Amino acid sequence: MLDYLLPRYKVERDRDLCVQCGVCERSCANEVHHVDPDLGRVVADHAACVNCQRCVVMCPTKAIAITKWPQVDSGSANWTLGYMQDIAKQAQTGAVLLSSMGNPEPYPIYWDHLLLNASQVTNPSIDPLREPMETRVLLGGRPGMLKVNEREHKLVSPMPPQIKLDVPLMFSAMSFGSISLNAQMSLAMAARELGTYFNTGEGGLHRDLEPYAANAIVQVASGRFGVDPHYLAAGAAIEIKIGQGAKPGIGGHLPGEKINAEVSRTRMIPQGTDAISPAPHHDIYSIEDLRQLIFSLKEATRYAKPVAVKIAAVHNAAAIASGMARAGADIIVVDGFRGGTGAAPKRIRDNVGIPIELALAAVDQRLRDEGIRSTVSLVAAGSMRSSADVVRAIALGADAVYCASAALIALGCHQCGDCSSGKCNWGIATQRPELTRRLNPEIAAERVVNLIRGWNHEIQEMMGGMGINAIDSLRGNRLMLRGVGLNEKELEILGVKYAGE
Amino acid sequence: MQNRESLREGRVRIPSGCAIAGIMDRSGSRHDGSDILKSIALMHDRGNGLGGGFAAYGIYPEYKDLYAFHIMYESRDARTETEAYLDKHFMSEKQERIPTESVGSIKNPPDIWRYFVAPHPMRLNMSGLDEFEYTMQHVFHVNGQIDGAFVASSGKNMGAFKGVGYPEDIGEFYRIQDYRAWAWTAHGRFPTNTPGWWGGAHPFTLLNWSVVHNGEISSYDTNRRYVEQFGYDCELQTDTEVITYLFDLLARRHGFSQEMAAHIMTASSWDDIDRMDPERAAFETALRTTYSSALVNGPFSVILGSDEGLLALNDRLKLRALMAAEKGSMVYLASEQAAIEVVCPDAENVRSIEGGVPFVVQLDEVARRKRGESAENTPSAKPFKHEVGVLPRRRKEA
Repeated sequence: MLDYLLPRYKVERDRDLCVQCGVCERSCANEVHHVDPDLGRVVADHAACVNCQRCVVMCPTKAIAITKWPQVDSGSANWTLGYMQDIAKQAQTGAVLLSSMGNPEPYPIYWDHLLLNASQVTNPSIDPLREPMETRVLLGGRPGMLKVNEREHKLVSPMPPQIKLDVPLMFSAMSFGSISLNAQMSLAMAARELGTYFNTGEGGLHRDLEPYAANAIVQVASGRFGVDPHYLAAGAAIEIKIGQGAKPGIGGHLPGEKINAEVSRTRMIPQGTDAISPAPHHDIYSIEDLRQLIFSLKEATRYAKPVAVKIAAVHNAAAIASGMARAGADIIVVDGFRGGTGAAPKRIRDNVGIPIELALAAVDQRLRDEGIRSTVSLVAAGSMRSSADVVRAIALGADAVYCASAALIALGCHQCGDCSSGKCNWGIATQRPELTRRLNPEIAAERVVNLIRGWNHEIQEMMGGMGINAIDSLRGNRLMLRGVGLNEKELEILGVKYAGE
Repeated sequence: MQNRESLREGRVRIPSGCAIAGIMDRSGSRHDGSDILKSIALMHDRGNGLGGGFAAYGIYPEYKDLYAFHIMYESRDARTETEAYLDKHFMSEKQERIPTESVGSIKNPPDIWRYFVAPHPMRLNMSGLDEFEYTMQHVFHVNGQIDGAFVASSGKNMGAFKGVGYPEDIGEFYRIQDYRAWAWTAHGRFPTNTPGWWGGAHPFTLLNWSVVHNGEISSYDTNRRYVEQFGYDCELQTDTEVITYLFDLLARRHGFSQEMAAHIMTASSWDDIDRMDPERAAFETALRTTYSSALVNGPFSVILGSDEGLLALNDRLKLRALMAAEKGSMVYLASEQAAIEVVCPDAENVRSIEGGVPFVVQLDEVARRKRGESAENTPSAKPFKHEVGVLPRRRKEA
């Protein structure tokens, strides 16, 4: 059958700069570049290019730039080239369209409509260079009130287990299998250095990562891959994954070709078999079932670890989160529709779920309306692009945030969205040894640590500007936010005033 | 300007700078209001004539078992409606207009009354609430629901005298020299806006609490949204209001000592906690974690008055001035040292209150009693109103 698909990108090569060294050819697992000795120049297979920009970065003479394929569309605002290409692809294959990373569609990004406050005259801003500026966050369940002995400074009522974050963000779940061991190792090393946590995802804890287990949140998802008592006991906290922002209502599928010996051992499944995570947990068909799983895990770990439950931000997130709190979850994680993924059906990624900003605001408010917000921790996930997004999320009501895409971008990811092919040229979303060894965990961890340290300095500067010296006082402090370009309903749901009000 | 309701507390958030002062006799002997008047008058320039007031403890010994409601009315209708409401929910022993003096600079004062009341026993019983909670909910009702009525104070054997004007004029207006109290606090206000509303002046009070405060807390919305979970509706949107509710929640409902409540609001820094021995660190960490939304941030100095005595508190970074001094059984507190020395030139132990370290002054008899009590906090077991009500709480946001 004739393939109607057009290339998506075009490789532009500056002939004057190109020295035909062949670095681009060796850089590209998609085999785009080819040094042709007969022609005396480098040729490109444009259709194979995914715009990962590895060659652009590696080219010693900066001779390469990737541009969009210059084909005009039909001129219709309705039948765009994108939709027509998708149809061509499905007509060819009869398959579900596969995609990776977060929802790229131009839905509103509410972060960009929320502006931060600063002190002027009536109270002083605080200089983080002169005064302590506390960004430590503890996550876990809390009693509504404490019973103490004031004279002896002792607790009378017990305090549930907590995990301690020195920065208000953690790295969200990415399994070994969906990303390389080197990528996971980089995040684990960065988490330890930063005093925060990485999340194993539903892929088990590789034995090489066990030294970092004190900084791991171990995930239990619908496939239960890699879960045994040792795994549960190893991590600092346990996370039950109900859903993921990029693909609410959908399970996962790691194809057999990615299940090599290491992945097989870590996931505890035979080599070469598909690893299928069902859409629901087949032991959770209702909220009371969730309670049973939460308490099974607490029993299994002797109530020594907080249990988080992660859901995708969907229409009824507020009520669901409230039910999760009442079911015994210590930490509620809400993952917005722009959250990334290694692979998701494109129509799901682009059309299901709601923005994290609205979901977070609604969940936080609902928990307060119910009078139970102070008994649980709330973590927001789903595209934190900068320190300012983190500050906004905390001001809307989050205790901390999860970020993954930003950390991957620090490792080298260029958001080409081709993770599912397993040919990641940056050595992140691949298991091919020749590609994964491109990622040196020590250097990569340093990049992530630099990024988060930079963000934390910025968070401290913004807090200081607001006259706040502890992140506790930023949490849920929506008066520190003002909306621009939002309608009244949006302001109502976000619980913020309009700029100028 | 007088009637621009859109600029009142509760409609907008009004930052204020202020002068505060407190005078207390630990022995419980009562003194008239002339010293506190002199002390706050010295700090004239810290206010701008848009709010002044006093709280006094021990002024109604003959009615010490009854709630003394000081209520300001803007209209006759407001009074009629309020009195009908009070009649229904309380038994009134005495009601009278609070005597006032006309003072040139005080314009358009409201009609100000006081009532000595006890909760209606049957209704109290049927509400399922304790006496304090019951009284508090009805005070909230009058303030929030009856147009033109505002409860200035609602404690026992205490009262607030406040209004729009310089504090020395307000003191003269209320003839505070005629009252004898074992503790006085005073407030001179410098609001940025000009609401000209008597209800918005300070001290802010609730039950036996009174709070005078100087500063602008940057944690306001975090604190507000925390206490609103438990039925405290922040109608006035002022720092003083939310600080009062935090004290009420922690000290009355959760049963902590006032000192511990203040410590929770100005929690130890993580750096300090990390240097503590493990058990103490676990204690402080548990407090900070459980009550992290009760942490008060930004500049403030506060004098809390209650039936136990006074408590002075500064923010953790000490961004506002507050001085303390003693002489015999007398304790003096003021934003400026001169305001202490003007009434007690030979004061001893003159010092500034340290950031984040509560300065507690208790009546001798209270201190004696506390020494014999358990050091464990006893939470009040009675439910909140929204927990026993049949209707869902109304949504407060936006």
